[in-house]
Amino acid sequence: MIEISKLNAWFDDNHVLKDVDISVPENGSFGLVGESGSGKSTVLRTITGLVDDWEGTITVKGNQLGPKRDKDFYRLVQMVFQDPFGSLHPRHTIDRILTEPVNIHGLGNSDARVVEALKQVGLDNAFRFRYPHQLSGGQRQRVAIARALILEPKVLLLDEPTSALDVSIQAEVLNLLGRLRRDLGLTYIMVSHDLAVVAHMCDDIAIMNHGRIVERATAEQLAEGTLEHPYSQQLYKAAGGYDRAVVDTFVDWD
Amino acid sequence: MTTETLLTVQDLEVTFNTPKGKVHAVRGVSFDLGRERLGIVGESGSGKSQTGRAILGLTAANGSISASKMKFHDVDLANLTPKQWRKVRGARISMIMQDPKYSLNPVMTIGNQIIEAYREHHKVNTKEARHRAIEMLEAVKIRDPQRVFDSYPHEVSGGMGQRVMIAMMLIPDPELIIADEPTSALDVTVQLQVMAILDDLVRDRGMALIFISHDLHLVSSFCDRVLVMYQGLVVEELRASELHNAKHPYTKGLLNCLPKMNGNHDDLPILEREASWAEG
Repeated sequence: MIEISKLNAWFDDNHVLKDVDISVPENGSFGLVGESGSGKSTVLRTITGLVDDWEGTITVKGNQLGPKRDKDFYRLVQMVFQDPFGSLHPRHTIDRILTEPVNIHGLGNSDARVVEALKQVGLDNAFRFRYPHQLSGGQRQRVAIARALILEPKVLLLDEPTSALDVSIQAEVLNLLGRLRRDLGLTYIMVSHDLAVVAHMCDDIAIMNHGRIVERATAEQLAEGTLEHPYSQQLYKAAGGYDRAVVDTFVDWD
Repeated sequence: MTTETLLTVQDLEVTFNTPKGKVHAVRGVSFDLGRERLGIVGESGSGKSQTGRAILGLTAANGSISASKMKFHDVDLANLTPKQWRKVRGARISMIMQDPKYSLNPVMTIGNQIIEAYREHHKVNTKEARHRAIEMLEAVKIRDPQRVFDSYPHEVSGGMGQRVMIAMMLIPDPELIIADEPTSALDVTVQLQVMAILDDLVRDRGMALIFISHDLHLVSSFCDRVLVMYQGLVVEELRASELHNAKHPYTKGLLNCLPKMNGNHDDLPILEREASWAEG
């Protein structure tokens, strides 16, 4: 579904992605893990057209992407952002937030589509005419997912979709995302700093550091903890909680 | 750990007056604290931060605190004047906040902020204070203390900023540190490194620590004892090492709903809240 090869990106003189290769099959779920500044979000932002200065090839469903993304691309690929507080317009009702993409793409029948999208993400129709500030973080993230789904895309780019949420709400949103992928045959690329979230959600995982993929692993390999690169081993140990002796083995990867 | 009690809190209540009516943020929290590490864990809105803030008298102006007893040694924290508070805050109890970006003064160099914290409580000249500040930056394992001393907060990373916060809060040598999500804004490895620094300093100086966090696993791997809060109540208190034997369904639910690295893609168990948990 998605083939990326030799992807490089720059922010001015800063080389932020270095030869990134990713391949995601249809209905697959690919996880990108790393710490801040590793370039994991930049991969998603480059695919969706938010980064201008890049080189390499990105192919989505057989079409190679150029410098601009057309409307057809956004019908196929949608992105869900990290912060459900910043990504919804504060003065638009949920109804208007969900209707806007339908109108932009001239799909029509927006009423039924909004009802359906809310249902898909498990929100009651009563939320339809509320404003984002009247919703909890988890409910807002469901709206953000509904906004992505309303165009019936085949690919969702998920940028830390649950890191701003409490763990009990995170579980609900992760279950929702898992169910949607099964029911609608979606393909995911998910970015997270949390190894456990990615291990739970994804089949294939890449660990990034300073713009480079340092290691690839399957969910099974993660489960067994058989990672080879010292950086990934360090991330794996860090996910295990606080242990004074383990911290002393950490090295800086600047 | 000794049996000496530093802080006693009994029936702490924090209430806020809001346009929509009274909000009862903390409802009758009681605990004793010795020279130990106590974790307070809960989700957003559980009252964990408000409990920490109430101990230092930092509750917002629209909030009111009541407690049948709130004592730090022989100081009655429930009835202090602003002048008396200034002798307690920083010097005897201090607080590390979540985000160094917002807790440090953006227009003052890091060095001057640490010196200010020190000289507020110790009558020393600038040269001596400067010397102590550099020493403290070394103690929090900052490699180039002189450079950081002369930097502004925006010039250092998040992990470095939080080390600076720890340096600033520890330099007056308080007996009790309240750390409110001190590492939540940091990457995992940096988070653990910062915790190790806090761990060593608290241990070496024999300080007591209240560690407030949403992360049950992290807290239990770091603290001696854990209070689990839900809707303003302490629903369970347990030894950190006994976490796997948690009895309250809320604590168990929180542990179960975490994704695990076992390669299992099945749905996560959902935390089903029961109304009875919120009854005092």
